Amino acid sequence: MTALSDMFARTRAEGRAALIGYLPVGYPSYDESVAAMLAMVAAGVDAVEVGVPYTDPGMDGPVIQVAVDAALRAGSRVAHVFDAVRTVSPHAPVVVMGYWNPVEKYGPARWAADLQAAGGSGMITPDLIPEEAQPWIAAAGERDLDPVFLVAPSSTDERLEAVARVNRGMVYVASTMGVTGTRATVGNRAQELVERMRTVTDLPLAVGLGVSDGAQAAEVAAFADGVIVGSALVRALGDGGVEAVRALAADLADGVRRT
Amino acid sequence: MTAVPVPGTPSGLPDASGHFGPYGGRFVPEALIAALDELTEAHATAQRDPAFLAELDRLLATYAGRPTPLTDARRLSEHAGGARILLKREDLAHTGSHKINNVLGQALLTQKMGKRRVIAETGAGQHGVATATAAALFGFDCTVYMGEEDTRRQALNVARMRLLGAEVIPVRTGTRTLKDATNEAFRDWVANVESTHYCIGSVVGPHPFPAMVRDFQRIIGVEARQQCLDLVGRLPDAVVACVGGGSNAMGAFHAFIPDASVALVGCEAGGDGVETGRHAAPLTAGSPGVLHGARSYLMQDDDGQTQDTTSISAGLDYPGVGPEHSWLRDSGRATYTGIADGWAMQALEKLAKSEGILCAIETAHAFAGACDWGRAQVQAGRSAEDLVIIINTSGRGDKDVDTAARWFGLVTAEDVAEAELVRAREGEQP
Repeated sequence: MTALSDMFARTRAEGRAALIGYLPVGYPSYDESVAAMLAMVAAGVDAVEVGVPYTDPGMDGPVIQVAVDAALRAGSRVAHVFDAVRTVSPHAPVVVMGYWNPVEKYGPARWAADLQAAGGSGMITPDLIPEEAQPWIAAAGERDLDPVFLVAPSSTDERLEAVARVNRGMVYVASTMGVTGTRATVGNRAQELVERMRTVTDLPLAVGLGVSDGAQAAEVAAFADGVIVGSALVRALGDGGVEAVRALAADLADGVRRT
Repeated sequence: MTAVPVPGTPSGLPDASGHFGPYGGRFVPEALIAALDELTEAHATAQRDPAFLAELDRLLATYAGRPTPLTDARRLSEHAGGARILLKREDLAHTGSHKINNVLGQALLTQKMGKRRVIAETGAGQHGVATATAAALFGFDCTVYMGEEDTRRQALNVARMRLLGAEVIPVRTGTRTLKDATNEAFRDWVANVESTHYCIGSVVGPHPFPAMVRDFQRIIGVEARQQCLDLVGRLPDAVVACVGGGSNAMGAFHAFIPDASVALVGCEAGGDGVETGRHAAPLTAGSPGVLHGARSYLMQDDDGQTQDTTSISAGLDYPGVGPEHSWLRDSGRATYTGIADGWAMQALEKLAKSEGILCAIETAHAFAGACDWGRAQVQAGRSAEDLVIIINTSGRGDKDVDTAARWFGLVTAEDVAEAELVRAREGEQP
């Protein structure tokens, strides 16, 4: 059991959804990114998704693209990711969110060893599908890490089952067909997909893409086990610094606690 | 995954899951898998459907102008150690490059799948123009993503695409070139995949694109092989092509893969020189990794971040390459070399002045590489009269006149200032 699984057991016992906040390492600087991660935990975020900046983030919308581009230009390196995990994991469960090539280059076994040593619970891989993931699933298994895959509204039932077979910790349910970014409405495809996924797994289901405020978080929390927020937090950090992240996180944390 | 192997391919690759040995595969968001499965199925079905193949043949003949000729370039041979040079004239295909072969195939598939919108990435604009052309012909909506840097150096092609009714979106993220245009096209596709076909322009991307684009381009080599047999009475000693993503090279090489006596030579963009690190030659100086949906050679740093590329040619200025080329490289069946900007431009000038053919700067890399290969063979003791080299003349150079004029100093700063003054005066008139 990872800290992530323990956290979901606790939030389920409390009868609410967990709040998971994403920020990339090194934006706008390493120190500010880690300070913002700790601030959102203090404000009620249950788990932190630590983003690995990557040059070609194909699953990300403009807000995160600009942020990771700035992080890379400011010198953010893969080694900083493990430093950030080490600093944040004593305070909240940490899953890393990263595209596959940096892991492949680092070596999946070495990546898993270093992530475990830093206190990480697992990793979300937005461009890795189960068919290509054998080296990662094996490496994560060796180190008791949760490999977290995505399911999308276009996924067939057969593919939902394939993800359920290899996924651990939580499943990332993409609310809409699209890339990361805030949206006016999350839409009912997310709920349909959560219901379809429930028929094939007991794993916690966390919904991401498009949630930006407490009201939307409450809406998603009504049918999901977790609410993932990324772009809205990144934008808050860029516009208003750590204090703005703290304020947004508090609003979101209030959202997942509404019944 | 319902991946189906593509029938009738001499190498038997990719396998059912889209791999060429360790290369290829699908490294994409889950949201795209359903569409990739649909496309794989549609392509496999089409390849076995005589009506589809007949319709594609008809379009290639009556619209694209196939077969393209094989030109005996007698005056060029002195630059290649005396070897006989045959030019496969894809520059004479409609829209001015080989790109139309692939686009017509994908447009027919788009129609079969019931989609009404196509999107594309483009570097030099050749694929964007071809896609805009097919979209006009088939009545599709069309959006082309092009790096802002490339819209500047290939402004003529931007205008062509817009004339053809396509929307051209300049991409301002990252390096503002082909790599970033490809990222943006993928993002559009994830959001609109149910109504939209992503018409990838090269043998790159997730399965089935590398195999599918190759299947639509292999007509280049199929024709050239027969034309060479008819003209010379035997197979060539080498087939040479430029490699960015690698579609014209894959198309030219594929029919020759079983012919062990035929050397396959790919010419990458050497930029300022491969030894400087400022180039776009992943097969020559990169390492295996994952980019844009497939595992292949790419230019990356120690952290697995994609590196910036340098090339005078917008169409070759790309840090990745098709997975089948990576497989051909590792297996030794094909060899790859980096051609520096200066050497490519010299070759462009030689071809223009000795044969009256102004080729694209991309294509000029293949001419330079062919000259190198021919001379190396002669130095190694082979008789020049016995050497036959086919160069895939992938595109024409109209779009590059501005770049070439500046490179060779054919226009002076005063000419440019005068032209701008005239334009400004015209703009002032009511």
